[in-house]
Amino acid sequence: MAPIFKLTDMHVRFDTPDGEVHAVCGTSMHVDPGETVAVVGESGSGKSQIMMAAMGLLSSNGRAQGSARFRNQELLGLSPRKLNQLRGKKITMIFQEPMTSLDPLYRIGDQLIEPMIEHEGLSARRARARALELLKLVMIPEPERKLRAYPHELSGGQRQRVMIAMALSGDPDLLIADEPTTALDVTIQAEILALLAQLQKKLGMAILFITHDLTIVEAFADRVYVMRKGAVMEEGPVTRIFADPQHAYTKMLLAAEPHGRKDPVPSAPVLLQADGVRVTFTRSKGLFGHDELCAVDGLDIQLREGQTIGIVGESGSGKSTFGRALLQMLPSEGTVVFQGARISGLDRSAMRKHRKALQMVFQDPYGSLSPRMTVGEIITEGLLVHQPELSGRDREARAAEALKAVGLEANMRNRFPHEFSGGQRQRIAIARAVILRPKVVVLDEPTSALDRSVQAQVIELLRDLQREFGLSYIFISHDLAVVRALSDTVIVMKEGKVVEQGPVDRIFDAPQSAYTRELIEAAFRLNTVLDRAAARA
Amino acid sequence: MLSYALKRLLGAVPTLFFIITAAFFLMRVAPGGPFDQERTLEPSVMANLNATFGLDRPLHEQYLMYLGNLARGDMGPSFVYRDFKVHELLGSGLPVSIQLGLSALLLAFIVGATLGCVAALRQNSWVDYLVISVATFGITVPNFVVAPVLALIFAVWLDLLPAGGWQNWSPEHMLLPVVTLALPQVAVVARLIRGAMIEALRSDHVRTARAYGLPTRRIVIYHALRAASLPAVTYLGPAAAALLTGSIVVEQIFGIPGIGRYFVQGALNRDYTLVMGTVIIVAVFVVLFNLLVDLAYAALDPRVCYD
Repeated sequence: MAPIFKLTDMHVRFDTPDGEVHAVCGTSMHVDPGETVAVVGESGSGKSQIMMAAMGLLSSNGRAQGSARFRNQELLGLSPRKLNQLRGKKITMIFQEPMTSLDPLYRIGDQLIEPMIEHEGLSARRARARALELLKLVMIPEPERKLRAYPHELSGGQRQRVMIAMALSGDPDLLIADEPTTALDVTIQAEILALLAQLQKKLGMAILFITHDLTIVEAFADRVYVMRKGAVMEEGPVTRIFADPQHAYTKMLLAAEPHGRKDPVPSAPVLLQADGVRVTFTRSKGLFGHDELCAVDGLDIQLREGQTIGIVGESGSGKSTFGRALLQMLPSEGTVVFQGARISGLDRSAMRKHRKALQMVFQDPYGSLSPRMTVGEIITEGLLVHQPELSGRDREARAAEALKAVGLEANMRNRFPHEFSGGQRQRIAIARAVILRPKVVVLDEPTSALDRSVQAQVIELLRDLQREFGLSYIFISHDLAVVRALSDTVIVMKEGKVVEQGPVDRIFDAPQSAYTRELIEAAFRLNTVLDRAAARA
Repeated sequence: MLSYALKRLLGAVPTLFFIITAAFFLMRVAPGGPFDQERTLEPSVMANLNATFGLDRPLHEQYLMYLGNLARGDMGPSFVYRDFKVHELLGSGLPVSIQLGLSALLLAFIVGATLGCVAALRQNSWVDYLVISVATFGITVPNFVVAPVLALIFAVWLDLLPAGGWQNWSPEHMLLPVVTLALPQVAVVARLIRGAMIEALRSDHVRTARAYGLPTRRIVIYHALRAASLPAVTYLGPAAAALLTGSIVVEQIFGIPGIGRYFVQGALNRDYTLVMGTVIIVAVFVVLFNLLVDLAYAALDPRVCYD
């Protein structure tokens, strides 16, 4: 069977102010009709850019070389007119960001019918009828109403369903899905993948799935290409690659899945206790009215010395809000007691003396470090506030020590954040917290923006620091695998409430609530979810 | 949306009241008066004049009197153009200034947006550099240079257009002053649209549109320009208020009976009522155009919603 899509010796180069970047270096791959192929790689592996190049979607400073054939047609160098007859009809794409890949200014219906009118010359009326059919096909609730809705009125999962509907409108032979579920919660991810699998079975198109997530590859694809730094490291059937990886990089990727458990702590004194923490936000509505949104609804925790409490939940569950409320970073009700002293209700200045012991690390290693300060200034800033008696030389020494503790070099303190990678930045953020020798660190999705291999290193680092300094963690994450690897006890949150809590093994091995079971299945047993969906199709 | 507009208009009343009050008292704090001239008047004549215009009364009485008259639509007599009431002066000049200003505004938006789009689509090519240079030129060269040069070329040398004078809605009389007024605005709009367009063309939803094989023209106009016009709309609100209230330079050079000249003349002559009149006009326009900008935002971007 001849492949329908064949990339041969593809090169992609970008002209940047710092010189030419060779993003894809002589890569070849192919997709057979009806096949599901995954391209897996970490950020910067060139896995997206190679597809952009084939589809003529490179940014203006990019150049593609080599050959990209769809059936027997060469795509590189094809006239825009000819290319546009294929794009959006025979080859369609879904992108990572369901928030931004639809035009925020136009109604869903208008965007869905645009390619149909363009490619098939349908009348607006016929196209609209077909759009409605497609929305039903992707199982969006209230499809008639959704046609008239704007993208911002839909949830992330619904928007991605709309993108899939758009991708199916031209009855494509090849669907290129570029990290289509990365921005979604795990349960929504499972739903979207199940939908794609069902639709593929029904319609028979080939799917080229670009992802960084090996769990998805294993559950979803027939064949996989492992990419790194613009080149294919290894290629083969998914079952073979997972059972018997040949290349060292593939082995490393597979090993980077979070594993191990936290050593249990012997019964230690309670450090931080919270009772009935409630956070509400008021939104104005109408002329004088307002309504109240309860983000966190009566949470209790008890954090012991050296212990880690993992808080898992999907977006909007209130887990981050709870973390902030614990540290009195936003107004909340309820009582929080730290080392026997009540800290809830303290004002800013009264709270300051506790801040040294209560630190926080945030998700975004790019946004949470000031770009105009050196790393040394960033990590020693807290010392200026909490230990003003230290001399400049002492602070330097502490900075060097903290950097060493997080696995960076002491002489890096004179450099600026933009000179570091995402993983290194997160280490800097952790150094900023540990330099104060805190008791409790609230970690708000500290590994979520990182590649798996980098994530594994940060997890190792967090474990080492906990052992070395006797830290207690509140570990907030949507990533169940990471939470399982790091926590003593786990709290599962949904819509501001606790769904379930208990020791980590009990939660993961014998979940009591349906919601926890659903989360765990979506995260660890994607295969089962997809098989069930395929059986339904 | 309608209730929002009404709410905003109601909210403008205290704003205007504050501006009027501040302007009234600030005017009086400034030294000099409307009847101070190079040749000092007889004290008795001065006293007479002051009595006629009510300037001999305590300031707060004058203030209340002014407000009372204003509420009846009477802006009082001009102290310098003594045969005219201020609202008569402004009433005859304002339509002329609005004609000029609106035309200039329209021209600026259309030409500026087109130039900005072209520059953005050909980013870093000679077209882009040309547009940017022209734009920089348009911003830096003042209108008192542009106006006489235009008049010299098109009226004196080529003899195509009149060098000055005014007839309502007469294109040949309007062309030169409108171009003079629009030029710097064209430049600003072109730069704003260019910047926003470059960003819009890089956005994810434009990539989606390209990936779905839509023709470039449709992508540019339908998907990119609408989003990219928002910053220009923001700028054009206050700019419109300035354009529509006339320009002394353009009116003087082309001999146009607009209201721009009253700003300077009124202030120089301490013509209290005329200055108050112009202040009120500008304030009303600023409030109005800011409201229009906000409404335009809601019309352009469905995510903006006012309740």
